[in-house]
Amino acid sequence: MKNFLTRAFHLYYDGFREMTLGKKLWALIAVKLLIMFGVLKLFFFPDLLESNYDNDDDRANAVRNTLVTRSNIDNQK
Amino acid sequence: MSVVDWSRAQFALTAMYHWLFVPLTLGLSVIVGIMETIYYRTRSSEWLKITKFWMSLFGINFAIGVATGIILEFEFGTNWSNYSWFVGDIFGAPLAIEGILAFFMEATFIAVMFFGWQKVSPRFHLASTWLTALGASISAIWILVANAWMQYPAGMEFDPAQMRNVMVSFTDVALSPVAIHKIIHTVWSGWTLSGVFVIGVSCWLLMRNRHRDEAIKSIKIGAWVGVVGMLVTLWGGDSSAVDVARYQPMKLAAMEGLYEGSCGQEIVAFGILNPEKTVTNDADPYLFKIALPKGLSFLANHDFDSFVPGINDLIDGVEKTPGGETVKVVSYAERMERGKLSHEALRRFDAAYTTGDEAGMESAAAEIKANYADFGYGYLNSAEEAVPPVAITFYSFHIMVLTGGYLLLFLLFALWAVYRRETLFSKSWLQWVAILSIAVVWICSEAGWITAEVGRQPWIIQDIMPASAAISDITVSSVVTTFWMFAVVFTGLLAAEMCIMVKRIRQGFDTPAVKK
Repeated sequence: MKNFLTRAFHLYYDGFREMTLGKKLWALIAVKLLIMFGVLKLFFFPDLLESNYDNDDDRANAVRNTLVTRSNIDNQK
Repeated sequence: MSVVDWSRAQFALTAMYHWLFVPLTLGLSVIVGIMETIYYRTRSSEWLKITKFWMSLFGINFAIGVATGIILEFEFGTNWSNYSWFVGDIFGAPLAIEGILAFFMEATFIAVMFFGWQKVSPRFHLASTWLTALGASISAIWILVANAWMQYPAGMEFDPAQMRNVMVSFTDVALSPVAIHKIIHTVWSGWTLSGVFVIGVSCWLLMRNRHRDEAIKSIKIGAWVGVVGMLVTLWGGDSSAVDVARYQPMKLAAMEGLYEGSCGQEIVAFGILNPEKTVTNDADPYLFKIALPKGLSFLANHDFDSFVPGINDLIDGVEKTPGGETVKVVSYAERMERGKLSHEALRRFDAAYTTGDEAGMESAAAEIKANYADFGYGYLNSAEEAVPPVAITFYSFHIMVLTGGYLLLFLLFALWAVYRRETLFSKSWLQWVAILSIAVVWICSEAGWITAEVGRQPWIIQDIMPASAAISDITVSSVVTTFWMFAVVFTGLLAAEMCIMVKRIRQGFDTPAVKK
């Protein structure tokens, strides 16, 4: 098991070390992930139902309320 | 533009950006697998060079595209929170399976593919390459299952207490005809795209008189994979057209700009729509058209004389027998009434749920269930709101079909030429055609998605939830801000990443020196 883990570690370690074009690519990926998770997700894309309500019952009630409110049932008659 | 329009635009932007990379991953992984298999069997150093070159392009594309799809999941939680809750585990389960498979299968075996040449046996390396290809396709399959469910919701029951659609049959969700045909059409379109990409890049190298033998060998593999991919894509597309006729007839009508249907309906092979035409006037829908008699009837129902309803027929609930006899079916006005009945029942359920009135909840739930198939129509103010943007749907569909037809001819010609008239690939005209075909195949691929997604508007879940009900209570300005952030940041990143791709292509089949 230990031998397997060591080999797996060296697979990744040596692989990254010997990269040529890949290094620039990884830098860009890091920038992209930083923007996505460090900026966009953190500041611009909250999970609204998750952050605004404490439990699933409240979330279900909120969605039910929204879907009833947005319905056209009061405009028809 | 409203918050719904901006959110749609944002989702379209991110989905189309993501889809730039996915089909190349799907197809190029298979092409690399084939090339490495040949190397494994022949142990030829030339095939090793070829395999490593295309593998490096696969790796760059994979790295560029990685995680771009996650933004779509951010948008579900923020822009489309009502939808996200409403679909419950039906949407969540396929996405979770995709996430786990993508992480464990692709991430593990891709590392062996790229780093393992000197570390594992040739057989294990080959297996890793094929498992990467398999993992990529399996990941795509689960995303397509989720998308197919939005187009054809099946295998679920709505629970008004949870306000969620609860999965009652996994097989109905995963193996619905729409899912199966969408998977076939979409995954194999990735093979087509990648085949054209390999031929185009190889021709670019031939244009520079470099690596002739390797380029020709690559064209052979690319052409075979492209032709097989295109034939399967066509078959899947034909089956998908029948699904659309059956389950999303309004989309089919918009794809053809068809307002008044008929038995033995012609198909418009090429046309220009009349911008003045609307549902409520009698203007001719086309300024110009070239049509094939009875083609749409055959495409939709595999029957030359069958009736294909137009937009107005669907709104009015008109159906015809193959003999031309008019049959009245459910009109959109009636569906709107049914939708409102289910909404009234939901309101009653809400009141009963608040007071703990079990009998009231039960009776309201039964009424919701009875009219649930038309739940979404209750949100419409008029039947015309159920009509998708006809021009975008029509033109994207026809662009897909015309470019697809061109690509079939191109691939067949390339396959013939590379075996019978190899010298043709020394001609600059063919090299240019092949290079330009790379752009054509991407246009074709994106046009297919535009047809599928714009054509199903206003529905986010077909007939059950329109986008206007699915949208979160957010401000337009917040969506506009993130829309432009995406547009600017990802265009910049794409440009930088494409430079890396081009740099690697310029090196050709020479392996870049390893940095010590």
